[in-house]
Amino acid sequence: MAPSSQNPSNPAPGRDPASTVDAAEIARFEAMAAEWWDPDGRFRPLHRFNPERVRFVRDHALARFGRDSGQAQPLSGLSLIDIGTGGGLMAEPMARLGAAVTAIDPSEKNIGIARTHAGQMGLDIDYRATTAEALAEQGLRFDIVLAMEVVEHVADVGVFLDAIAALAKPGGLVVLATLNRTFRSYALAIIGAEYVMRWLPVGTHDWNKFIPPEELSGLLSARGLTPAGTAGMIYNPISGRWRLGTDTGVNYLIAAEKP
Amino acid sequence: MQPGRAETGSSAPVSDVAIIGAGSAGLILGVALARAGLAVSILDRRAPVPPGPDADRRVFALSAGSCRVLDGLGLWPALAPDAQPITDIVVGDRAGPPLVHFDHAEMEVGALAHIVAADALQRALLAAAKAEASIRFVAPVQISRLDIASDRAGLVLADGGMVAARLVVGADGRNSLVRRAARINVTEWTYDQSAIVVEITHARPHHGTAEEKFLSGGPFAVLPLRDAVDGTPCSFIVWTEPSARITDLMKLSDADLEEELNHRLGDRLGRARINGPRQCFPLALTLAENYVAHRLALIGDAAHAIHPIAGQGLNLGIRDAAALAEVIVDARRLGLDFGMKTALLDYERWRRFDNTCLAAATDLLNRVFAIDNPVLNVAREAGMALLDRVGPARRLFMSEAMGLHGDLPRLVRGEPL
Repeated sequence: MAPSSQNPSNPAPGRDPASTVDAAEIARFEAMAAEWWDPDGRFRPLHRFNPERVRFVRDHALARFGRDSGQAQPLSGLSLIDIGTGGGLMAEPMARLGAAVTAIDPSEKNIGIARTHAGQMGLDIDYRATTAEALAEQGLRFDIVLAMEVVEHVADVGVFLDAIAALAKPGGLVVLATLNRTFRSYALAIIGAEYVMRWLPVGTHDWNKFIPPEELSGLLSARGLTPAGTAGMIYNPISGRWRLGTDTGVNYLIAAEKP
Repeated sequence: MQPGRAETGSSAPVSDVAIIGAGSAGLILGVALARAGLAVSILDRRAPVPPGPDADRRVFALSAGSCRVLDGLGLWPALAPDAQPITDIVVGDRAGPPLVHFDHAEMEVGALAHIVAADALQRALLAAAKAEASIRFVAPVQISRLDIASDRAGLVLADGGMVAARLVVGADGRNSLVRRAARINVTEWTYDQSAIVVEITHARPHHGTAEEKFLSGGPFAVLPLRDAVDGTPCSFIVWTEPSARITDLMKLSDADLEEELNHRLGDRLGRARINGPRQCFPLALTLAENYVAHRLALIGDAAHAIHPIAGQGLNLGIRDAAALAEVIVDARRLGLDFGMKTALLDYERWRRFDNTCLAAATDLLNRVFAIDNPVLNVAREAGMALLDRVGPARRLFMSEAMGLHGDLPRLVRGEPL
C-alpha cells in the first residue's frame, strides 16, 4: 500500500495550502480540547499513556546530551520544541526538567488551554498557535524537536518531516510518536479505541495515514537524520498501565539524531 | 473539616506536598520527600514537641522491612540500642505446647522483627523531620476546610491562614479528617473486642522469643522487651478479650490482674509482675474504598486500620509511606505533575491489594481461633502442624511477616529513593 503522504491533493476548505495542517483534523481536536487536563475525563487514556512517552523522550535526551538523571533539572540549557502540543501534556514535563520549551499547535483553543494551565502550574512555556513549517521558514532551530502523535494527522508527511529536520540543530535530537499501519493497529486504535472503548471520538484517526516504523525511519534518514532507537507502547488491559517494549505493532516512538 | 471545591486563593505559596498528621507514617514520608528535594508542609493539631516518657506506652513490632526504611533514612542507629530483636516466634492455642515455631535462623537476614517503644520512635522521627530545612511545621493547627482545585489542594486553617500544595496526604489516622473531607467511604468492621496492653517483668529471660496464643477470648501476645537496667527481664502483653470482659479486667487490682495474666502466660517466663499502668483499645477494622483522589492520597491508618493481631499496622503504614514517596519521586523525575490522580493511582494499585489481603487474613485468623468447636480445633491444629513441618511454607509466612515479600518499594529493599 502506498504511503498516504504521496496523496496530498484535494485541499479541504479553509486549509492553508502552504501548510500541511488539515482543517478537519483541527476541528476534531478543538471539540475535545477543554477536557485536556481532566485525568478522569475523555483524555484519561492519554494521561495514562503519557508517562511512558515522557520516559522515552527523557532517556534519549539524557543520553544524547550526556546529562545525569540525578540532577533536579537535567535538561536545563537545552531548547526544545513540542509540535502539536495539544493541552501541553509533553511540554509541561519537559519544562519541569529544565528545557526552554516552545510549544506549538495549529489550534488557538488548544494553545489557550495549554497557556492557562502552564500559568497555573507556574511554568514558563512559549506557547504559539502556529505550524512547524512556519517556524522552520523563520529559521528557528532547537536542540530537541518533539512531535507526539502528529505524523498520523498531517496532510503531507514528507513536507512535515522536512520542517522537522530543518528545526533540529546539528547535534540535536528528534523524537516522533505515531501509529504503525498493521492489522492490529486497525483493530486496536480504530475499532478498539474509537468504537469499542470510546477512548477517542470516532474519526480521530485515519488508518491510511499510519506509518510503519521502518518506513518512517527511511523518511528520516532521507532527510539527514540518523535513527537512534524505536520502542513500542504496550497496554496491559488488566493493570490499565502502559509500558515501553519492543513490540511496535500499534503505538510506537522513534528517536533520531541530527549529526 | 468541611469539604469544598471553591477555588483557593492563588496568592498563597504552593508547597509540593502537605502532610496532615505528624505520626510515624507522615513523618517518614515527609523526611523521605524532603531529602529528595521537595518542599513539604506538615500539619498537626498537636505541637511538634517530643512526647513525654509516659505519653504512649505502646510498643511496635517493626518488621525487618520497616527497619530498613528507618536505616535508609539514617534513623536506625539511634533506635537500635533500645530495640529488642525478636529472634523466634512461637504460635500456639489454648494451654498446650506451641504449634508453630518461626526461627530467624531459617532466614538469611537477622532478626524477624524489632520491638521499639512508640514514644522513642516518635521522638526520633520528629527530630529527623525538624532537622530538614525544606520541612515546614504548621502545628498546632485546626484545619477548617479542604479545597481541591484542578491545579492545587488548599487547606483553610481555623485561624484564617491557608496552606496550598500540589498534593495533600492524609496521614491522620483511623478517623482521618482528610478522608472524610474528600468524601472517601470506608468499609468498617467493629469487633466486640478490646485489647489491654501492659508491661510485665518476669523471673526467667525471654531469649528474644515472641509468643502469640490464640485463646478463646481472642489473641494473647507476649512481646520481648529490653531487660530493665537492673537486668530484670521485661515483656509486653497485648491481651484481647470481648469488650465486656476487658471492662471488668480494667477494674481489677494489679494483684488480681497478675493472677489472670500468670494463668494465661504458663510457666515459660516464670512468675510475672505488672510493671506500669495498663491501657485498653477497642478493636476495629477500617478500610478506605480509595487511597487516592485528584491531589490527595491517604497513608497508614487513614487508609487502613487493621486489627492489631499480627502487629502489622505500623509496618503497613511505613510501607505506604515508602511506596508513595517512590511514586512521587519517580513522577517528578519525569517532570510529571505528581499530584494528578493518574500518577497517584500507581500508589493505590501498589498498596491496596497488599493491605486488604493482610486485613482479611488477620480478620480470618482471629475468627478461626475464636471459635471453640471440636472439628475446627482439629483442623486448625492440623493446619498449624503442617505449617510447622513444611519449611518453604513457613519461610514464606515469615518473609511476609518480616515485610520482605512481594513488590517492595526501594526504601524497603534498603535502596536509596
